[in-house]
Amino acid sequence: MTTTVSRPAVAVRAAPAGPRRRRALTGLLYAAPTAFMVGAFFVVPLGLVAWMSLHRWPLLGVPSLNAPANYTGSTGDTLLTDAAWFTARYTVIITVLLFTTALGMALLVQRKRPGTGLFRTAFFLPAAVGFASASLLFLGLLSAEIGPFGGVVSVSGSATTALGAAILLVLWRFAGFNMLILLTGLQAIPTEVYEAAKLDGAGRWQTFTHITLPLLRATIALVLTLIVTGSLLAFDQFWILTRGGPDNSTTSLVMVIYRKAFIELDLGSAAAVSVVLLIVLVAVSLVQLAVLRDRSAP
Amino acid sequence: MKRSIAAVLLMTGVAGCGGQAADDGPATVTLWTRAATETVSKAYAEAYNATHEDTVEVTAYPNEEYPAKLASAAGAKALPDLFAADVVFAPQYASQGLWLDITDRFEALPVAGKVAPAHVRNGTWEGRHYAVPHTIDMSVLLYNKDLYTRAGLDPDKPPTSLTEFAAQARAVDKLGGDVNGTYFGGNCGGCNVFTLWPSVWAAGGDVMNDDGTASTINGPEMAGVFALYRQLFDEGVAAPASKDEAGPTWLGALQSGNIGIAPAPSVWLGIIEEKADFALGVAPISGLTGGESTFVGGDAIGVGATSKHAGAAWDFLSWTLGDEAQIEVIAKGKGVPVRTDLAANTYATADPRVVTINSLMAKGRTPYAKNFNATYNDPQSPWIATFRGALFGDATASLTDGASALTASLAK
Repeated sequence: MTTTVSRPAVAVRAAPAGPRRRRALTGLLYAAPTAFMVGAFFVVPLGLVAWMSLHRWPLLGVPSLNAPANYTGSTGDTLLTDAAWFTARYTVIITVLLFTTALGMALLVQRKRPGTGLFRTAFFLPAAVGFASASLLFLGLLSAEIGPFGGVVSVSGSATTALGAAILLVLWRFAGFNMLILLTGLQAIPTEVYEAAKLDGAGRWQTFTHITLPLLRATIALVLTLIVTGSLLAFDQFWILTRGGPDNSTTSLVMVIYRKAFIELDLGSAAAVSVVLLIVLVAVSLVQLAVLRDRSAP
Repeated sequence: MKRSIAAVLLMTGVAGCGGQAADDGPATVTLWTRAATETVSKAYAEAYNATHEDTVEVTAYPNEEYPAKLASAAGAKALPDLFAADVVFAPQYASQGLWLDITDRFEALPVAGKVAPAHVRNGTWEGRHYAVPHTIDMSVLLYNKDLYTRAGLDPDKPPTSLTEFAAQARAVDKLGGDVNGTYFGGNCGGCNVFTLWPSVWAAGGDVMNDDGTASTINGPEMAGVFALYRQLFDEGVAAPASKDEAGPTWLGALQSGNIGIAPAPSVWLGIIEEKADFALGVAPISGLTGGESTFVGGDAIGVGATSKHAGAAWDFLSWTLGDEAQIEVIAKGKGVPVRTDLAANTYATADPRVVTINSLMAKGRTPYAKNFNATYNDPQSPWIATFRGALFGDATASLTDGASALTASLAK
């Protein structure tokens, strides 16, 4: 409705410049709402974080420039370095486990057979539960006092069982979602390719390694990037399930940032760690995409 | 479209002006508190609203999320008119300027000299007052009189030293079955400052310097207290669940009626007895060889720095410190009055155990440190690593390393 009303007005004003300029203007107008949202909720906060990281930033009152104290001040912080190592270790474990589980599940339900619909739904269903709610659910299930599995996996017993509980939670909650993305990739592979491979006498394993994996490359890149960034930013599962314990063994990097900002009320240092984490994230994603890029594409 | 934006702007502008001019007529004063203090804050507000023109509106937040909620509200300059906080966090909030300076108003109160001194000190920063006591909760020993009788102990003779405490806990533990001698929060920083430090103070020791900038946790008094609790745990006298107790199920363990004697918050006396089918006794926490002390905890409250109703907010605060509120709201609800001159009031004298608790306030302390939360309460605090080492790991090394880690955190 809006377009029918506004188009003549634009046309009248833009007429001397020709249709190309008019199209550019219309394009700009279409992009404007998104550009505004991205600017207000992404670019501006990002700039603010970088700006904060150069200052002593009190909750109330006037910030004062203290660069690079926020960056150098955290160098001897063992909690931070331990959390960085833990986050890296957790990312590797989760990436391997979550990816293989999701791919396995996707391959299981790839072809339409009786009952596939039921399994696809069942696998995806945990993704419909909010992550914080899912964490609370596991906290209850694994609680020594009220949970049916309290004696099996304890979230506070040892470093290994606490990490195990968090991994179990993440697998349960996210495997179905990643399966769905991989499934769309699998279904985009034309059946003719599989038929041709069959005619050429390719076995199951050969079909998987020479047809499925190469043609799934772009989707795999997307899923791996999502998993790795999600793991490097892990917070909810540890905050709710283990509170970073026992003895700080499951304290992730984002938990340290949260602690600096909201417990120590040191917003400048929290911003500095966030900036460093952001740089690491961008670097990891760039390397990942470069390695996994579909080289056959133009 | 443009017109509607202008209209919206105009409306918000009007609303903003309306908010600023509200100090004249009856005001609605917002008050934030943590869940643990909600009942007391609401009782104060109800009594105040019934007799005053202004209205106090209480909002409570979950205990663990509360500090973050306050910090983000402060960052957005959207603090409530009044907010309460754990008294040990008060120096941090005062130093950050989250509360208004109330020095002149507080000192003008006729009862200023009788308000819990330890609490008042925690509400000061660089000689200025920012907060007053809101509720008081002290650490005491609670013991199960029924289990004492069954174990052949005299239920009217609680321990007068920590050594006697251990002996009585062992005697109760011999009953066997589900019964354990004692219980403590072995994975809870806030619980252990509250229950273990009074034993250090009772023995004449200390855990920090006066300014709260250096830890003295490696002194002999603290080491002795840790050694005693460690032994009780190793012998199985302390319930095995003590090791992983992070706080949430601490009350439940004592409510079960299977624990002989344990240090706990004084407010639990009423909470446990409400549902319990056993009788509870109260005794002061003592040092290894005697003495008495307590951790004077609870909440402090001040006027939010961004409040537009500072006058009305202070009117409520000064009313809460008066005789009427302290006796008819606090003492009637079995709480500890925040005034030293009201320890023996009409409600307290009905129960000698309440008088025991109230009179402890003068002997107790509230530790003062700007970085208390990050150093002692937070799950990632160096204090938790220190006492977990002292109770379940390498005791000597953790106390030496712990002292330097705590000092580094306190001095930040």
